[in-house]
Formats: sequence, C-alpha cells, structure tokens
Amino acid sequence: MKYATRPVAWLVLEDGTTFKGLAIGKIGTTRGEICFNTGMTGYQEIYTDPSYFGQIIVNTNAHIGNYGISNLEQESGTVKFSGLVCKSFSDIHSRFAADGSLQQYFEQNNIVGISDVDTREIVRHIRSKGGMNAIISSEITDVEALKVEVKLIPSMKGLELSSKVSTAEAYEIGGEQYSKKVAVLDLGIKTSILSNMTDRGVLCKVFPAKTTFVEMQQWNPDGYFISNGPGDPAVTAYAIDTVKEILAADKPLFGICLGHQILAEANGVPTFKMHHGHRGLNHPVKNLISGKSEITSQNHGFAVDADSLANHPKVEITHINLNDNTIEGIRIKDKKAFSVQYHPESSPGPHDSRYLFDQFVASLN
Amino acid sequence: MPKDNSIKSVLIIGSGPIVIGQACEFDYAGSQASRSLREEGIEVTLINSNPATIMTDKVTADNVYLKPLEKKYIIEILEKHKIDAVLPTMGGQTALNLAIDCEKAGIWKKYGVRMIGVDIGAIETTEDREKFRLKMLELNVGVCKGETATSFLQGKEIAQRIGFPLVIRPSFTLGGTGGGFIEDPAKFDQALNTGLHASPTHEVLVEQSIKGWKEYELELLRDNIGNVIIICSIENFDPMGVHTGDSITVAPAMTLSDTAYQHMRDLAIKMMNGIGHFAGGCNVQFSVNPKDEKEIIGIEINPRVSRSSALASKATGYPIAKIAAKLAIGYNLDELKNAITKTTSAFFEPAIDYVIVKIPRWNFDKFKGADRELGLQMKSVGEAMGIGRNFQEALQKACQSLEIKRNGLGADGKEVTNQDVILDSLAHPSWNRLFHIKDAFKMGMPTKTIQNLTKIDPWFLYQIEELHNLEKEIEKCSIKNFPENLMRTAKQKGYADRQIAHLLDCLESEVFALRHEMGIKRVYKMVDTCAAEFEAKTPYYYSTFDGENESISSDRKKIVVLGSGPNRIGQGIEFDYSCVHGVLAAKECGYETIMINCNPETVSTDFDIADKLYFEPVFWEHIYDIILHEKPEGVIVQLGGQTALKLAEKLDRYGIKIIGTNYKSLDLAEDRGSFSTMLKDNNIPFPEFGVIENAEEAIEISKNLKFPLLVRPSYVLGGQSMKIVINEKELESHVIDLLKDIPGNKVLVDHFLENAIEAEADAICDGENVYIIGIMEHIEPAGIHSGDSNAVLPPFNLGALEIAQIENYTKRIALALNTVGLINIQFAVKDEKVYVIEANPRASRTVPFICKAYQEPYVNYATKVMLGAKKVTDFEFNPVKKGYAIKIPVFSFNKFPNVNKELGPEMKSTGEAIYFIDDLSDDFFLKIYSERNLYLSR
Repeated sequence: MKYATRPVAWLVLEDGTTFKGLAIGKIGTTRGEICFNTGMTGYQEIYTDPSYFGQIIVNTNAHIGNYGISNLEQESGTVKFSGLVCKSFSDIHSRFAADGSLQQYFEQNNIVGISDVDTREIVRHIRSKGGMNAIISSEITDVEALKVEVKLIPSMKGLELSSKVSTAEAYEIGGEQYSKKVAVLDLGIKTSILSNMTDRGVLCKVFPAKTTFVEMQQWNPDGYFISNGPGDPAVTAYAIDTVKEILAADKPLFGICLGHQILAEANGVPTFKMHHGHRGLNHPVKNLISGKSEITSQNHGFAVDADSLANHPKVEITHINLNDNTIEGIRIKDKKAFSVQYHPESSPGPHDSRYLFDQFVASLN
Repeated sequence: MPKDNSIKSVLIIGSGPIVIGQACEFDYAGSQASRSLREEGIEVTLINSNPATIMTDKVTADNVYLKPLEKKYIIEILEKHKIDAVLPTMGGQTALNLAIDCEKAGIWKKYGVRMIGVDIGAIETTEDREKFRLKMLELNVGVCKGETATSFLQGKEIAQRIGFPLVIRPSFTLGGTGGGFIEDPAKFDQALNTGLHASPTHEVLVEQSIKGWKEYELELLRDNIGNVIIICSIENFDPMGVHTGDSITVAPAMTLSDTAYQHMRDLAIKMMNGIGHFAGGCNVQFSVNPKDEKEIIGIEINPRVSRSSALASKATGYPIAKIAAKLAIGYNLDELKNAITKTTSAFFEPAIDYVIVKIPRWNFDKFKGADRELGLQMKSVGEAMGIGRNFQEALQKACQSLEIKRNGLGADGKEVTNQDVILDSLAHPSWNRLFHIKDAFKMGMPTKTIQNLTKIDPWFLYQIEELHNLEKEIEKCSIKNFPENLMRTAKQKGYADRQIAHLLDCLESEVFALRHEMGIKRVYKMVDTCAAEFEAKTPYYYSTFDGENESISSDRKKIVVLGSGPNRIGQGIEFDYSCVHGVLAAKECGYETIMINCNPETVSTDFDIADKLYFEPVFWEHIYDIILHEKPEGVIVQLGGQTALKLAEKLDRYGIKIIGTNYKSLDLAEDRGSFSTMLKDNNIPFPEFGVIENAEEAIEISKNLKFPLLVRPSYVLGGQSMKIVINEKELESHVIDLLKDIPGNKVLVDHFLENAIEAEADAICDGENVYIIGIMEHIEPAGIHSGDSNAVLPPFNLGALEIAQIENYTKRIALALNTVGLINIQFAVKDEKVYVIEANPRASRTVPFICKAYQEPYVNYATKVMLGAKKVTDFEFNPVKKGYAIKIPVFSFNKFPNVNKELGPEMKSTGEAIYFIDDLSDDFFLKIYSERNLYLSR
C-alpha cells in the first residue's frame, strides 16, 4: 500500500457557508437538502432508504465505510440519497461477508461525496440555522459558481417525491404459506418493512403511490399499510384521499413515518416542517399506553402538529418523544388504525419497537 | 415509578485497596453514586478501607467509615445508623462479595436493610461458570462448547465432538497452570495428559477455543420497569485471548455492521433480562467469529458498575454510576434528564462523533521474573484514554498519555528492528505489541503475516500501516520544504510535534513554529453524548485539528491543575485525590478551574469536578496548547505527582507561572548535589553520598562511602531502579543496567544506613510559616520503599529528641526551599540521630492518608496557600488525634505467581488501606511489628 490522497471537493450550503474537503465516490456534482444522521452503524441502509431521496446526508460517526457493503443490507433496489458528507472515509473495509467497498459502490451508483470536513461544525450549523439545501462538487472548483447554483435547488417544503421512488408496477411479496393479506401503499418503502410483514406470515401486495383505494380493495386485503417515503406530506394529496377511504371502510391500517403523517392529515391534523428533523438510531420514545419506553430509529424532517391533537375527538396520542415531546405515534379512536413517526423495522437501528408489527398483524383478524 | 420515598438512608460499600483488576474506577463510581443520592436528599453512609479516595471524604458522604470491608464493621455501622438500603454495585467484586456474605449471615434482614440495584440470584448466575452456561443455553445465547473430562479417553471423545482448536483448562489449579490452547490435533494427547495430571482432582474442561475471535463489550442500564439502554459499544483491538482489562479497546465499535451490532444488542438485553431483575448497570462481553458475524458467543456478564462502565462514562459523557444510583432508588430512565445536555432525556443511547482508544499501563519492570505475556489473567495496573476525531489520532494520543518515554506510536527513534523479536512479540502479546506492529510495517512485513500472527482485525492493522506510509512521505521532506497538507494530515492523525521533528530531523520548536505559521492549531471539541444534535451544557473537551473550536476561553481568572496520568505503581489514586481537592479549593478562591488529565478511572476527569475538563494527555504539547488557549494565571504542578512535577521545568522555561513552590526550588530538591549543599549549609545531617555518571566513577566513590550502598537514578518515581548493593561487582552491574535504561542519568550513590528506622513528615508552608500535618514512622526498617512499608501515624517508637529533630529539620528545609504549598521529607533515624534522605516539595502519597486520619482538609488548605489566598497562620488546625492510624500496603503478587515477594527499595505495592488502633497492644499491630523483617530482601 502506498500513501495516497484524493482530489479536492467542495460543500456549499444555501446560506453561503463553504467547506473544503476531499472527494469520495464518483467525481461530479450533487444537490439536495442537507441533514445529519447520528447513527453509528448502518450507513448502507440509510443510503438505500427511499425516504432520503433528494437529501445529502452528513454522517456524524467518525468513520464511514469500515465494513464495506453487503447485498443483503439494501433497503431498496438502488441508492436513493443524493450525496454523502463525512469525516473519515475508509479506503479499505473489513468484513468477511462484505460484497465490496463503499467507494466502489458509490462509483457504480454515481454517488458524489465529500470527506475530511468538520462534520461537527456542519451539524452545529444546521442545528442553529435549520435544514437547508446544499451542493457538493468535486468537478467545479469555482466556489462562487457553486454558491449561485445552490440557490437554484427547490425547497423540500411543498415537494412531492413519493411518486418518484414508488414502484412502477404492483407486485406481491411473501411466502406461499400466508395467513393474512396486506395491501401496501408504496410511498418509498424500505425492504425491511416488507420482511417484517412477511416474517409474520403476511402476504403483501405493494402498490404504486397513486393507486386508489378501490384498486387495492379489488385484491381483497385484510389490512392496509401506508409506507414511509420522502417529501412533504401536506402535498401528497392522492395518498391522503386514499387513507380517508380506507378509514371510511373501517379497515385495519398501519402507517410508518410519511404514512403516519398522512394518517394525521387524513384526520384533519396538520403536519409541519421541523427545524432540522430527527435522524438517528437513538431517539427516545415513550409508549403512553404501556408506560414503557423504546429506543427508536428515526428519519423525518416533517412532524405531526401536537397542538391540533390536544383533545382531538378522533385521534389519540400513543407515543411521544422524550427529548422534545413531539408526536411519535397516534391511534384513531374506535378504529383499527394506528401509526408511528419512527421506524419500528429499524434497519438500521434497535429492534425495540418491532412489537408494532405484531400488533398490526393481530389487528387483521 | 418515581423515587421510592421509603429510602432515606443508604449504605454504599467501597472496593477497598487498589489491586490489579480493581482500581480507582470504583472511587469514581462510588463518589458519583453518593453525590447522586445526596442530591435526592438521601443520607449516605460509606464504608471503605482505602483512605486515598474521594468517596470517603466529608464532601462526598454524610457518614464515612474507614474500616476494613468485613461483616463485623457492617454490623457496627448498622448498630449506629438507621440504614434503609445498601447499594453494593459501586464497589466492584469486593463490595458484592461482602454484601452476599452479609446476606448469607442474615445481617441485612436483621437490621431491616434492603439490598438495592442488585439481584443476588443474578450475581450467582454470573459468577458460576456452569450456571452461566446453562442460563445462556436456556436463553438461546451462544456459549463456548465444552465438557468436563475425568479420564484420557473421555477427553479424547469430547475433543472429537467439539473439534479443533481447543482449550484445556485443568480444574482447581492456580492461574491456569497446566492448561493451554491446542490448535494442532497431533499435540492434543500430550496436552490432555499434562492437564489431567496438573489437576488435583484429575479433571479438565475441554472447551472450544475462540482465541483470535473478535471481542466486544456493551454497557447497559436498566430500570425497574425494564427499560434498557446501551450506553456504549466497545471493540477490543486485541482479539480473544487477552484479558479485556489488558486489551487495547476502542469505542465506538469500529468494524461492526448494523446487522451484527443489533444482533449483539438484542442478545445483551436478553441476557440482562434473563439473569434477574434489578435496576442498574450491567456489562456484557461478546465474542464474534471473524469469519461469520452471525456466530456470537456470550462470554461474560457483570451485573454491576465495572471498569468498563467507568471507561464508557468517560468515553461518552454519560454518567453511568450517577444514573445507576438513581435507578436503584426507584426512578425510571424516562423520568431522568441527560446530565450533559440538561434538556433531553436520560433514556437514550449516546451517539459519539469521535473515537476513543484505551491503552492499559503495565508495570512489569516492578515484577522481576513475571511472565510478561498477556493472557487470561489481567496484569495491567492502570490505563490511559485518548480521544480523537479519528482512530489514528485517538491511538497516538493514548500512546502519548502512557508516559513510557515514547512520543506516541513510533516515529521517535525507539523502534525495534530485530525480526525475530518482532515475530515473537506479534504472536505472544505483551505490553509492547502495539509498538511492534508498527515496527513490523516499518520493516516491510506484509499485513497478512501480521494479521496471521496477531489475529487483529485488518481494519485496525490498516490504520497503523497508513501511519507508516504517511511517515515515509514526511521523511522525504525537511522542515524547509514541508508542505502544509502533509503537516495538517500528520497533526490530524495525532502526531506530536516531537514525532514530526524526529521524522524531519529538526527541532520540536521548529515544527511548532511552522505549524502555527501555517495556521494549523488545535481546536477543542465537546464530549456531549449526542454528536452535537443538541446543545450541551457540560464543559468536557478534547483537542483535535479540525475546523471549529467549541471551547470558548472566558476572561475569568483561571488556574490549570495537571493530573497524574495513568495509574502505576508509585503513582496512583492518592494523586487524583489531591488534584480533586486542589480543584475544589481553587474554585472556593474564585478561580475558574481547568483540569487536564487522561486517566478514565478517576474522579478528577468526572465532568462536574472542574469548571472545565480537558481530557488530554499530560504531555507537554497538549498542555502548552491549552495554556495558550486559556491563558491561565498559572499551573498547579505539585498535586499531580511526578508526572505533573516533571513538566515544571518546561513551563518555567516558557515563562508560565507555576503556582506555589517555584521551579528553582523544585529543581533544588530534585538535584541531589545542590540539595545536599543546602543541607550542609543548614547543618542538617544526611547519609554520605556521591553523584556518578558511569560505573568507573561508582567504584571510585564506593571507596569513600563504604558498602552497603543505595544506588538510584535521579528524577524517577516510586524508587524505580533503586537498589541496595553490597559489593563492587553488584555496584558495577547495577550502574551499567541503570544507565542502559536511562542513558545520561546522574546516578546517586548513598551510604545505606543499615537497620535504621524510617520516618516521613508532610508539611504545609507559605514561605514564612510551616505547619507539619503529620509524621509517620515506618514499621519495617530502612531499605523497604516507603510505599511498601507499614507506617504508623503518629510515630510509635521515636523519642522526643528524635521527633524534635524531625520537626526542626522539616521546618528548616521547607523554608530553605522556599516552599509554598506541600512538602514531604523522608528521614532515616539511627542511634538517635536523624538523617534526611530526600525532600519532595509536592503532595505526597501520604497526604490523603493524614487528611483522613486527622479529619482535616490539608490539600484544600495547601492549595489556598499556593494560590496566595491564605497564609498557614490563617487556619485553625484541629486534628482528631486518637490512638494510631496504620497505613497498610496492599500487593497484587497473586497475579504474578513466579515473582519473588521480597521487598526492597523499589516500590511494588498497588494500593493501601487504613487501619485505626487505640493503642500499641493491638493484635494486628503486634503481628506486623513482629514480622517487620520478613520480606526485606537484604
């Protein structure tokens, strides 16, 4: 092995803040909303999670890439996020079962990134100034030009992205031995949500984002699942309408993340864009029904408005965040419909909340 | 469930004297737990026989019992106080064992005391190998396959069932004698035979060997309703085969995928829940097959606060002992706040955006004849932790913290180049394997060879290889043409200016000047438990070379207190005790206090002791940068032992004010020549001596001094390399040995006063007035290091005339040295004449002992004197003098079965206990007095 260095890259934020670092992945330019994730494991799962579509991720963990990549840890068929910002990017990886290095993986998937920047400074910046757009380039060296270009990126607020990451065609997934059928509305679903269903003897049929209730109903499912996904829930009107119809038909329903926000919207509870969101594997959530708490995996930039839920006639709060008291779970009174803001399927993250899948499957009877 | 209000008074059991495997981490835990309970209005009673602890201070607990950790003293306490509950999880295995003894004797029940934070059943399950194995099988957690054989044939059959590699562990043998790892089936028959014969019961455990597997630890907290969090994942750099206390460890885990980590997390929670129900901390150790991460084996589970939880606390900022104490009195995790951010919940898992590396500190040099190979039994005496923005930086900083005369990992001209030595060291790890890995790369050894021999994960090896490659690039340059990017890279990877200077063949000061010219300066980042996601309020910092500095220097008047670094023989917890009191006293005087230390086991590195904590090596470059950044009024060097004191010279040279006794006086006391001249001028007797620089001079001087002679190097700690010689041959050979180890040292040769009585005095001096805080008389005769002697406060066998001489000399020396602060003087008394052996113008090992025995805060007073805030005459001294207090040295010889237990001028004890007696007819005193010559080597 020889001493090697990588080419220079730049990170420019919407407010004009710039960082000089080294290029990782493919040489090129990438754009997106910059947000940070504090997880210390599971980078590949994050990069392939469709909810990160259009986002540049700052991984706060000191080292990234140490254990390479594995074909078994894809959360969707392709890399979904827009680019990586990290501190130390590992040129080599060590894992017996690895299928390759993160560098090769980025090159194959046309991902541009930057390393060797002060990620902690960036996090503190986002923490105080809020989430914003950013551009990474390892090909354009004119920082002023990048400052102009970063302004042209559209804001995530009011952006509908689910239809861009949803499946084009409906498909079934699950073993031949199944006891229940669940129609899944794919707004950007993660693979591990589906495997959590199929592991519990559920046959899933995954429908494109804009599928109507009537179309799904024809498959005669026992319940409905509204998935996670990217973008602003408030403008995902088609899905809100679908959910309203599912509720009207009084069918069991489970929503995760974007699906949770849509369930709230469908009940007239608004959502809002958070200052800088929750992204990590260590978020404390208290289950108000059981009194127990769980460490959760989270990834969201929008949240359900708590004030509108106070004394709401139809919606009950089931989970809250212990750090900032934001809404983490709701239940529709007198219906078999509930949702959580966080990711009980985790991947990456702790398995504390997988009981929610059991709860959903039990509600299908 | 909120706090249990029926608990109004809690007894905390300490861990006793420091021994290998149980060190000052339990002072840290006990102190934190005590403060945590008192915050809740609970009365805390503490029992511990270790006087040099913060936990046994009035500042920490309401009632303190400096008593042996035995049942009868527990009863004594319970008779005197209404205790509602006992918390036995803060004092290591010692406290747990005592609690179980009391439980079995029905003591807790008799006095209506509840045991909190623990489950007796859980302890039994975790202590008994077989119960543990069965429990793991029941929980469906992997364990090593193994069976017991009582015959050769049976052993063969078991081996066939399990497959190779195997380990043979004979039953009931000390220190694993007769056992070992067998990789080659051809060698099995003989090994089995040896094992069976080694066992008195002709019984061996034949077990699957997982030597070389990856090793991990998780630190957990659980509350009464079953909420569990993982505070930290720790990965061992040294794979299975080396005791975790002797392993270099890294946090967070570096080479675990989320899939494997979550699997391990699930297992840890299952194990904790499976062994019993208790609220508190727990440590779980795992081993992972490097070829199949799905194969995870549960090695051990400790249902208490441990050495690793102290490390995890310092590594993440999460105060494990503090929270564990709150959980024990009924709180649930979701009801508590994160003490670092003060706004978010205590129920969360810390996210860290840096890397910590812990390296153990060994003292094999003190145990001649000890087996230096690391294995299943812990041998290290202390540890240092480095924090960096990447693994390499943390590793270099940890190496710089060790004080083993290295400037970091290599690049200091001390590399080994003998291939056989390196190959042997890689396969048989000792204290220096890490350094030899680097040397192996330098020698051009392929990574594969190094990996095969060490089994260390390739990712770690690559990090070291990368350092080597960087060094090759640096070596191509000179200070004149050293490019900025290489300088920045080297600093970011933790290289000290000295190491870069070595590679560039220039001066350290030139590297310092160049990097400052380039604008490459240290910045300070916060340890905040949350990777900056939330604003943190706790000023706990480490340095790195990155963009933003987070440590804002205030304009208050400030004082820096230098800590004592990793524990080692001769410099242990006593100095941390003094540092903590120094910090607290300076705070009382209105100073902003800044603590610098790198020992994760200590109270001084707790985030709420000093106003600002810099967790940094006590290494010149780091200290100087902090001083440049903070601009303190001065630096206190006399509390942190020899480590801190040694830095005085450079501080003085750089024009930084040393608080208290100035450098000139410190140096005068260290320099035997000038010190003796001073004694002579003052007409104070001292043993005849000479200073020599080679063996020839030594022989020459011996003719005047007459044998026996005491030979020792100057500027060392704990009597390092000190020896008594009786003839020319011995003298010559020792001087040659000594100068080989410490080239250029000025060696002191004293006439040794045979059969003299040793005594020592500690005093506080403000430059004008001297107050002697205590005089201690050693029970063993001169020749045994003061740290290894039983010593009595006040003297038990010295006449009024002798004591008058000691007092007189102490006062005169303190004044002659212009002492401002503490001073310790050692004496030898022979034929009613008192001789001065040495003077140390700093807090000594005995100061905490005297503070405890006389119940007065002498370090606090001395610090106020140092700062000029008070004069000695401002204090009203009211020592509680009743009977005698005996300082009992405690040894860890049981870890080194082959080492001769004889005692001499070189210190060997790892800890000490205090024991109070009413008068000299006490049985214990009479026993040690009658045995005073037993272990004397000559």
